[in-house]
Amino acid sequence: MAVLEILTYPDERLKQASRPVENFDDELRAFLTDLEETMRAGPGGVGIAAPQVGRFERIVLVDCSVTRKSVPNHGFMVLINPEITEWEGMKVGREGCMSVPDYTGNVIRAERIKFTAFDGSGERHEYECEGFEARAVQHECDHLDGMLFLDRLVSRRNDLFRRKVYQKK
Amino acid sequence: MKHWYMLTVVGRDRPGIVAHLSAALYDGGCNLGEASMIRLGGNFTIMLMVEFDGNKSALTHMVEPVAESLGLHLHVDRIEAKLHQHLEPDVRITVYGADRAGIVAHITGALAEAGLHILDMDTSVAGTEAKPIYIMQIEGHAAEGVEALQSALDAVAEQGVEAQLETIDTMIG
Ligand SMILES: [Zn+2]
Repeated sequence: MAVLEILTYPDERLKQASRPVENFDDELRAFLTDLEETMRAGPGGVGIAAPQVGRFERIVLVDCSVTRKSVPNHGFMVLINPEITEWEGMKVGREGCMSVPDYTGNVIRAERIKFTAFDGSGERHEYECEGFEARAVQHECDHLDGMLFLDRLVSRRNDLFRRKVYQKK
Repeated sequence: MKHWYMLTVVGRDRPGIVAHLSAALYDGGCNLGEASMIRLGGNFTIMLMVEFDGNKSALTHMVEPVAESLGLHLHVDRIEAKLHQHLEPDVRITVYGADRAGIVAHITGALAEAGLHILDMDTSVAGTEAKPIYIMQIEGHAAEGVEALQSALDAVAEQGVEAQLETIDTMIG
């Protein structure tokens, strides 16, 4: 077990697309253990993607069971070769990234998503999630395509005021 | 010896202010830090962190001609940069209502007493000249918890303004 080094932007490798996992073997599972340890070592981190530690394969971990304010969640998820199949609703929310220290910004994400992914033993699962957890999954899946939340920033104030008024009605 | 300075620049708005000013600073060997640049009413306002190899009067001397040519008033302060230490807001507050004297002092006073550390505040006067409305958007840190701020806001809202609070739950991943 080991905490892996996190790549930080402007490291160009964060902007490259990752390839699908083909071998669901012991080496992969050992990596998953290290990746989980790395995610839990970061302050407040609820997700991590393999390219953030320099392994350019389509692997994401998410765990929204540990947030300060509790949110609907599926606990600890190992998502290998994830494919988001449905997006619904839009919401602005604040994001930060272990690969972009000392900055947070507002990003629009789908409120509810459906997706499929394989687990560490190569079994395929279907998921539906919402809100904060859906945001985490979308943020991590972006890493697999070389996208950072910086690529999706909206104004700090954009739309926030209007959105609250709509919610009140 | 390099030092950080805060340039405050204010003047009548016109296109090209930022481009001209930043070109002059770049040509003068300055490194730019964080900045807030915004049009307030018909005025353009700039607060800009600048790193410069020289003293305050040398920097002022260098920037003054371009500021003057753009009709801008310049003020320079020596500062500590303290970059890479952003404080993260955990609460967003929106207040709006008919504009009236004392509205900002009243609301921010109540919020400060309830533990709000304002990190970012933006206010606009909207509506019409005959019926102006005041809109405030605040992001800050709730040092004494969100409940304390909510009760302060509830008290404020009883006096005829709309006030809303939402927590900012930043997703780090
Ligand atoms: Zn990230």
